[in-house]
Amino acid sequence: MITKVPPIVTARMGHEDSHTIGRYLATGGYEGLRAALRMGAEAVRAEVDKASLLGRGGAGFPAGRKWGMLRKAEPVYLVVNGDESEPATFKDHLLIERDPHQIIEGAIICAFAIGAAQAFVYCRGEFALGIERLEEARDDAYDHGALGHDIFGSGFSLDLVVHPGAGAYICGDETALLESLEGKRGFPRIKPPYYPAAIGLYGQPTVVNNVETMSNLPWIVLNGGEAFAALGEGTSTGTRLFALSGHVNRPGWYEVEMSKTTFRDLIYAPEYGGGIPHDHELKAFVPGGVSAPWFGPQHLDVALNQDEVGKLASMLGSGSIVVMDETTCVVRAAWRITRFFHRESCGQCTPCREGSGWLEGILRRIEEGAGREADLELLLDVCDNIAPGLGWPPKQTTICPLGPSIPSPIASGINMFRDEYLLHVKEGGCPLRLAEGAA
Amino acid sequence: MTATAPAHGEGVVLGVEASVKITIDGREVAAKPGEFVIAAAERAGVFIPRFCYHPRMRSVGMCRMCLVEIGGPRGPSLQPACFITVAEGQEVATTTPAVRKAQDGVLEFLLVNHPLDCPVCDKGGECPLQDQTLAYGPGESRFVEEKRHFEKPIPISELVLLDRERCIQCARCTRFADEIAGEALIDFFGRGDRVEVGIFERQPFSSYFSGNTVQICPVGALTAVPYRFKSRPWDLEQAESTCTTCSVGCRVAVQSSEGRIVRYLGIDVDAVNQGWLCDKGRFGYEWLSGDDRLSAPLQRRDGELAPIGWAKALTVVADEIRDAVTMHGAESVAVIGGARLANEDAYAWAKLAKSVIGTDSVDAQLGDGLPAELVLGLPRATIHEASHAKAIVVLGADLKEELPVLFLRLRLASISANVPIVELSTIPTALAKHAVASLSFRPGEAAFAARALVDAFSGADGVGEGESGRGRRKVASRGTAGSDGDAGGGLDPEELTRAVGALRDALSAGEGSAGAGEGLVIVLGRPSVADSADGIADAARQLAAALPGAKFLPTLRRGNVNGALDMGLAPGLLPGRVSLDEGRAWYSDHPGGWGRVPAERGRDTAEILAAADRGEIEVLVLLGADPLTDFPDRDLARRGLAGARTVIAVDALMSEAAGVADIVLPAASFGERSGSTTNCEGRITRVAQKVAAPGVAWPDWVIASEIASNMGADLGFVDLDSIWEEIERLAPSHRGLTSTALASPDARDGVVIPLPEVPVAAEGIAFRTATGQMAIPLIDPVAIPGIESVWKQGSAAQSGSVMYHGHKWREVVEATAAAAEEDAATAVAAEPEPPRRGKGAKRATAAKGDDESAEVAETEAAAGPQRPRTIAFEPAPVAPAVPQVDAYALRLVARRSLYDLGTQVQACQNLAPLAPVATAKANPLELDKLGVAPGDAVRLRSTRSSVVVSIERDFSVPLGVVALGFNLGPDHDGNSAADLIDCTATAVNVRMETI
Repeated sequence: MITKVPPIVTARMGHEDSHTIGRYLATGGYEGLRAALRMGAEAVRAEVDKASLLGRGGAGFPAGRKWGMLRKAEPVYLVVNGDESEPATFKDHLLIERDPHQIIEGAIICAFAIGAAQAFVYCRGEFALGIERLEEARDDAYDHGALGHDIFGSGFSLDLVVHPGAGAYICGDETALLESLEGKRGFPRIKPPYYPAAIGLYGQPTVVNNVETMSNLPWIVLNGGEAFAALGEGTSTGTRLFALSGHVNRPGWYEVEMSKTTFRDLIYAPEYGGGIPHDHELKAFVPGGVSAPWFGPQHLDVALNQDEVGKLASMLGSGSIVVMDETTCVVRAAWRITRFFHRESCGQCTPCREGSGWLEGILRRIEEGAGREADLELLLDVCDNIAPGLGWPPKQTTICPLGPSIPSPIASGINMFRDEYLLHVKEGGCPLRLAEGAA
Repeated sequence: MTATAPAHGEGVVLGVEASVKITIDGREVAAKPGEFVIAAAERAGVFIPRFCYHPRMRSVGMCRMCLVEIGGPRGPSLQPACFITVAEGQEVATTTPAVRKAQDGVLEFLLVNHPLDCPVCDKGGECPLQDQTLAYGPGESRFVEEKRHFEKPIPISELVLLDRERCIQCARCTRFADEIAGEALIDFFGRGDRVEVGIFERQPFSSYFSGNTVQICPVGALTAVPYRFKSRPWDLEQAESTCTTCSVGCRVAVQSSEGRIVRYLGIDVDAVNQGWLCDKGRFGYEWLSGDDRLSAPLQRRDGELAPIGWAKALTVVADEIRDAVTMHGAESVAVIGGARLANEDAYAWAKLAKSVIGTDSVDAQLGDGLPAELVLGLPRATIHEASHAKAIVVLGADLKEELPVLFLRLRLASISANVPIVELSTIPTALAKHAVASLSFRPGEAAFAARALVDAFSGADGVGEGESGRGRRKVASRGTAGSDGDAGGGLDPEELTRAVGALRDALSAGEGSAGAGEGLVIVLGRPSVADSADGIADAARQLAAALPGAKFLPTLRRGNVNGALDMGLAPGLLPGRVSLDEGRAWYSDHPGGWGRVPAERGRDTAEILAAADRGEIEVLVLLGADPLTDFPDRDLARRGLAGARTVIAVDALMSEAAGVADIVLPAASFGERSGSTTNCEGRITRVAQKVAAPGVAWPDWVIASEIASNMGADLGFVDLDSIWEEIERLAPSHRGLTSTALASPDARDGVVIPLPEVPVAAEGIAFRTATGQMAIPLIDPVAIPGIESVWKQGSAAQSGSVMYHGHKWREVVEATAAAAEEDAATAVAAEPEPPRRGKGAKRATAAKGDDESAEVAETEAAAGPQRPRTIAFEPAPVAPAVPQVDAYALRLVARRSLYDLGTQVQACQNLAPLAPVATAKANPLELDKLGVAPGDAVRLRSTRSSVVVSIERDFSVPLGVVALGFNLGPDHDGNSAADLIDCTATAVNVRMETI
């Protein structure tokens, strides 16, 4: 069953000039903000609560609840997390480059709702065009009266800073992002304090929300939280933007209604992924970013619902789905993902700093033909020393969630494809590559 | 003594009752609110392994070695014990399978990239990574990949080498540099397992405190150049001692190998150094085993110093002194120095000089200190009191250069405890950036500046009373002090307003009268050796008179100068902080006393040198002193040494002055003799012998005794205890502090004298540590694994039943801990001691009638004179001299730097090169006026001489002032700052000439 609902965050994507203020205003831009200013902060918060808007960054924490946890202290800061850096995750990239005003309008609405007078958009440094367009949009918003002193004559004032990151995946972690924003090394903060809502930027209560979360706000304010909650099911309401990549005929981004759409729909439906090239068999897929444990063909009919995916010991995470067909070497795939985590580990705490490199080394060795049978247990035990029990949601011996992300592709891969790992050991290398070489 | 619980956890929580009940491994334990689980566990005897945790620094939870299971709403989970604060009912498990697995895992991870080059690593054998791997780690590593590689080692400073392969990224060194030293010169670079500690481009880790990072490094990543490859830990012997490089008195473990001292480690004494040392103290042992040590007596024959035997040397010395006394009177013999000596040595020399020889011309200070009566008479503060004061006024030198660890303590007081600091100096010091106000007064005009501050504080001149007051008037005009509405010594009015505001805010908060200065600690020293001490002394008197509630922490810099003054090595003084007149009867008539003391007050160092120049000094004894490099006025020092008929140098090194002496006697030095030392607080700690003195060098007290013996007198000393017994018996300030008590474990952190007086019947005699409570041995077992065990051994040997005036030491301590705070005021020398005992006839009634203890009665059973009163501060401000200045002159500020051309520093091969090149600094506006460019060579000319140095621009130097480092490199004429200084002048004016 494929539902067809009007897009919420990608409504303007059909226009070449979707990033300009002209197009934005012509398509109802800043009307949500005007409505919000009329409604008052409390009413905006109530609508967002009703909408059950889950954070779109990865953890999926309800935005309304996050705002409600703010410690009562002045000043309060809003930080928009646009540091999307995970391999195969590119939904925020799209929103930043193609509809920056929507993010800024959402941020203004959010700041208004939580009483912040200063907002920051932390944008991944590699998004050169995105940063340029965000800055242009910010300037235009100031000129338009949507930012700055006394916004639209409402008495509410807000300043917004666009802050480019310096190229570290870890700064997507909200506390590392705050450190980076404060001008420090991007080390995630150790808990306690548990939430930036209590102690965040410069020690003040801070809301950190994802770019996509912000992008939903104008629509929610204009159409009401109930209309948003009417889409989807349970707590997974509204639409969600997915980045689909890997072995599919039509890779790209798709905004689909949550809970009503399945992985099969997304991968095989002609209007979405359009199936696997050459009619190859599906071997496995990453359901929600490379930090998520892999799914197999048996999971295709699982709905895109946060709770359901969670029950099956994985996550929708960052909204990236990577399809791996029968020609994929699972050891190589796990190695490639682990290499990313190894390179991006911040180095602050021991298990992740040392474990990431060690795991990468073992996987490379297996892939290159020097694996030992004992390496499988070794991989799992090293993973266990980072994420004890290898359960879901993972426990951790580390400071931040990057560490326990590392075992995801390894442990789930070994679980599903132990024989293929053993074959690597037995045949002294990757069977697929050896076959290729023989052919 | 109460402290508020910290907002978030801390490793060191003192003075708080353990009121939180937690369970550790099934056992209920009392924890202190706010402390970390790891600290609570440790006090309960449960050691949780750790690497990054350090009780003196911010917790970071990075190494993950201290993961324990802590119960929570969702069951137990692994949490870092160094980061979780205790909470009522908390359940902690440290030995569960999950914890064991985590410990195993973390150690295996740490060893992934750690090279196993332990056999060639300095740390091998005392390495927390080795030790904890054995105790908690896996038997073998499953890691077969390639370890990471770096060039090893690389120097990050002149003293510290970095081996990045061994680094386990615990951030102890980087946190130390940033948090404790305040110099973030090292930091992490790179990411993931390529993270490395590094220095910034062209910015070496040239910190005065860099050696601490080596000590706290839990692996061999940081090694010290002076110690590297010198010894293996299992070959080290050690003794606890006290550093006597300066007067802070940091506790150290002196470690030796094969009879040579090879390393000092800082010991964590809460009241003093809290584990830290400065690099000069830490690495200043190299000279001890250098080739320049004096190892035999020398006598000048045919112009050359040649070895002679002790017997011959002593005969010559005794004859010289006896002849001088007979022919020219006792005052023709003078003794300069004594700050290098231990207390017992100083006492023996004081007795030799003042009783046997009969001269009062004895001075342990070299003209760069303060009048001894003032120092001993002012109410004395401890370092603990300073760092917990309501406010601190620093009137003195740059503490970072002279008493570095005191600088650390005050810096931390400002940063961590928000103690406001007001600085009064000639040029802002390193503390200025932590001060609420830094007031620069014109050199020589400290008294005027103090007057201005006091007047403004008390509202006498309207400063701080609002815009309409006279506070806006210009007091910074240049010219002669006291003229034309400028009575402020050149203080900036805005800064003065800020200072007064901060002091008023701080001192009016809480109890006590703000006007009285209660809760204020004044750190007192010499801002510049070019100014006379009189100005500073008068400034101190002004402050003390106006703020009678304030306490003073004197910062005379030489190692045991405070002990030397306490022992009477100053003109007009007798041991025990009594004046010559007050103590005359006690010391001369008392049975078991000295028999006689000098009739008249003698000369101080400057007067001795001047007298010698006039030919009035027959025998000049230099007791570990070198006036040629250390006395501010080199011309006078030269003339004095030349004018004295016989110069006897008692020294450990061939100093410049020893080189011109007629007789040189070799003395045992630090680590080569035992005894006790006294720091700036008046805290007495023991110094220990660890190695043998070179050749036939003797301890100074032995030399004194033997000279006396050769003069036909008996000092009566057979060992250190016999000296201490006499000190305790005679010296009023040391009364009650027996050598047994001083050697007891409870006195490990030292004992501040004088001991407070409490009626025996009620409380026993109070004993307190500086913190007013039992000191907790805060040893960081990870960084210095060996030290705690030594302490325990020492403790066991003493069996913990030390008697103190008939009371068990510990009982006395505990009984009086609570009362200590109230007693603090009575604990200092300021309170005159009440007369102890009448003449023998009154004894019977006294014993019945008053509350004196039987012990005291026994000690003083013999009829004798009344125990003298210790010196008390008497507010007698002198009219300060107004220095003359002409319109073209600049006032000279001569300040010391940590590393200089001092004899000991220059005999340390690794410290010697660190002495900076002498350069002059002046305000750029001043230089522009003269048309001088930075780097230009200029000639500074005083009435004495001139010196040619290059000039630097420095906006922190006030107008009208030129700064020149003291005891730094001579110029091409062989001159340096001391050649410009006339120590008889209030201030030194110099002209700057371009060349």
